[in-house]
Amino acid sequence: MDWIQNLGKNTIERFSAIGRASFMLFGAIVAKPNFVKGFPLFTKQVYVIGVLSLVIILVSGLFIGMVLALQGYTVLVDYGAEDSLGQMVSLSLLRELGPVVTALLFAGRAGSALTAEIGLMKATEQLTSLEMMAVDPLRRVIAPRFWAGVFSMPILAMLFSSVGLLGGHLVGVEWLGVDQGSFWSIMQASVEFEGDILNGIIKSIVFAIVVTWIAIFRGYDAIPTSEGISQATTQTVVQSSLAVLGLDFVLTALMFGS
Amino acid sequence: MISKKIELLVGLFVALGIAALMFLALSVASSGMSGSGETYNLYAKFDNIGGLKVRSSIKVGGVVVGRVEEIKLDTEDYAPVAKLAIDTKYNNFPDTSSLSILTSGLLGEQYLGLEPGFIDETVGILGEGDFIEDTKSALVLEELIGQFLFSQGSE
Repeated sequence: MDWIQNLGKNTIERFSAIGRASFMLFGAIVAKPNFVKGFPLFTKQVYVIGVLSLVIILVSGLFIGMVLALQGYTVLVDYGAEDSLGQMVSLSLLRELGPVVTALLFAGRAGSALTAEIGLMKATEQLTSLEMMAVDPLRRVIAPRFWAGVFSMPILAMLFSSVGLLGGHLVGVEWLGVDQGSFWSIMQASVEFEGDILNGIIKSIVFAIVVTWIAIFRGYDAIPTSEGISQATTQTVVQSSLAVLGLDFVLTALMFGS
Repeated sequence: MISKKIELLVGLFVALGIAALMFLALSVASSGMSGSGETYNLYAKFDNIGGLKVRSSIKVGGVVVGRVEEIKLDTEDYAPVAKLAIDTKYNNFPDTSSLSILTSGLLGEQYLGLEPGFIDETVGILGEGDFIEDTKSALVLEELIGQFLFSQGSE
């Protein structure tokens, strides 16, 4: 009996969490936009979330592109198809690795920071104080962070893919001696703007919404103790990584499946 | 009030993002946006187009002059008809020119090789909507092997 009761309790908790998360997001983004007040807050958050994540994104992108080129070359050279290296690197970066790895890094770098920040605001009763002063914390604290996350991640993903391609070029062409002309021209012949680049951007926008939403909600919903905040931060990273990987399969099946 | 430095860095971040998008759109997927020059259309009827696809390139002596825009089946004699979009820079092909479906490399993709024909006063110039009469179909490997085996067997 205990087992069934636990199952019921967990189910109810899951669904009520989804409900609270939806209400929070709804309250944060469905409001009359106030650009004069909102824009500086948004810019500040783009700096904290986007600009400060640049280093880790660029460095990982470079190395992942280089590793892809190196691994791809050793396989392709057996078939005499090393000219297709550019195609392999660019398609894997644009379709999969760019959006997915950026989202995972973003969850670790920016998502955990968001959760901890908002969780601490809640624990030290800053959010309650804002409400006391008739400032809606959803619009003042949550909304700029959400929009900044959704805005920053596609940019980061595009930078990741571009830098990865340059890394692949560095290893493939400069080091391993793949012909530069065929590296780029076979890549250009096989990459389509709508099919590959645009779908990658759509993917990263979806991941951005999911990761930022989870991060903000975990902080907003955290138990206001030091232990609660540490739990919430862990949950952010675990849940958003799992959500990204699961959603990636669904999106890939929809975009490239048939 | 947020500082000028943060605004500057955010501006730089956005500019970097736009630059990355331009890089991806223009130099990684070149045929996406930059391939929108002025073109005119020619048609060609084949017996068999093999692996030719829409957007396959049309080359003269290895230089790309256009792309296949559409492939459909003629409903009268059920032969495939390819609609070709050729750059208006190259608008001087005589109607004795011939088209053949070629393959780049052993496993590469198929493209159309356009061979300009001879010119004299009785020969017209190909213009918008004309058919290229002289076409050679794709080599289908299975048919080739079949013919080879057949000729071996008859000896």
